[in-house]
Amino acid sequence: MSSVVHDTFAIERTYPAAPERVFAAWAAIEAKSQWFGDDAEVESIEAHTLDFRVGGGEHLTAKAGGQLYTFDSRYYDIVENERMVWAYEMHVDGRRMSVSVGSVELTPVPGGTRLVMTEQGAYLDGLDTSEQRQAGTEEFLGSLARYLERTA
Amino acid sequence: MDAVFAALADPTRRRLVERLDDGPATVSELARPLPISLPAVVQHVQVLEACGLVRSEKVGRVRTCRLEVTRLQTVQDWIDARRRGWERRLDRLGDYLDSTAPTAETDRIPPKGENP
Repeated sequence: MSSVVHDTFAIERTYPAAPERVFAAWAAIEAKSQWFGDDAEVESIEAHTLDFRVGGGEHLTAKAGGQLYTFDSRYYDIVENERMVWAYEMHVDGRRMSVSVGSVELTPVPGGTRLVMTEQGAYLDGLDTSEQRQAGTEEFLGSLARYLERTA
Repeated sequence: MDAVFAALADPTRRRLVERLDDGPATVSELARPLPISLPAVVQHVQVLEACGLVRSEKVGRVRTCRLEVTRLQTVQDWIDARRRGWERRLDRLGDYLDSTAPTAETDRIPPKGENP
């Protein structure tokens, strides 16, 4: 049974660093590899490439929990020190688990930079790593997410 | 968790959960707006009880059902897990920016409230 759930979330952080430094941490592989894929759950990074320009993209392959995760993105909009918009897909062991649009907006604030990261995603049936959860997910996740939002 | 998702996959059971979100109800109150028989509603309630989303108790001849909000919260937690990957990434970005911060002279940012 196939399923898709749609969701949008935004995460905000304020860093005590100038927008130029925050932007640079996304723009060069030497900097981005220091934080982007370096998760505690990640056992090893198999590959990581970054072509930071409109029409370029990023590729990351990592092993975590015995599974192979791949991240493939393409940049659609870049305004230096201000914003970037990309689309990306995630696979786990070759199964597509999500297709998303990511946006980062940087705003200078007193003492640093405010970063707002927004993700609009279509999360597919492969997203749960537990193998059992195959049944019963057809169309309810979307309405369930809306329901939970309404009753939060 | 699988049982909760499977239980909520049914539109009738979602309507029952939505109704119980407004407050406890008897089985016949739950059945009244639905185009299905009372025994069918009882079966759906049993599925919701089995996965822990609903609790019911019988007083005399009347069975009253209530929603187990904490169980519903576990579903919300599952959905929230997706954003956590980005939260951790952005925290690591903060650590990275701290660890690579230039000396105060070259990258001086006025603190809050200070006029540059």
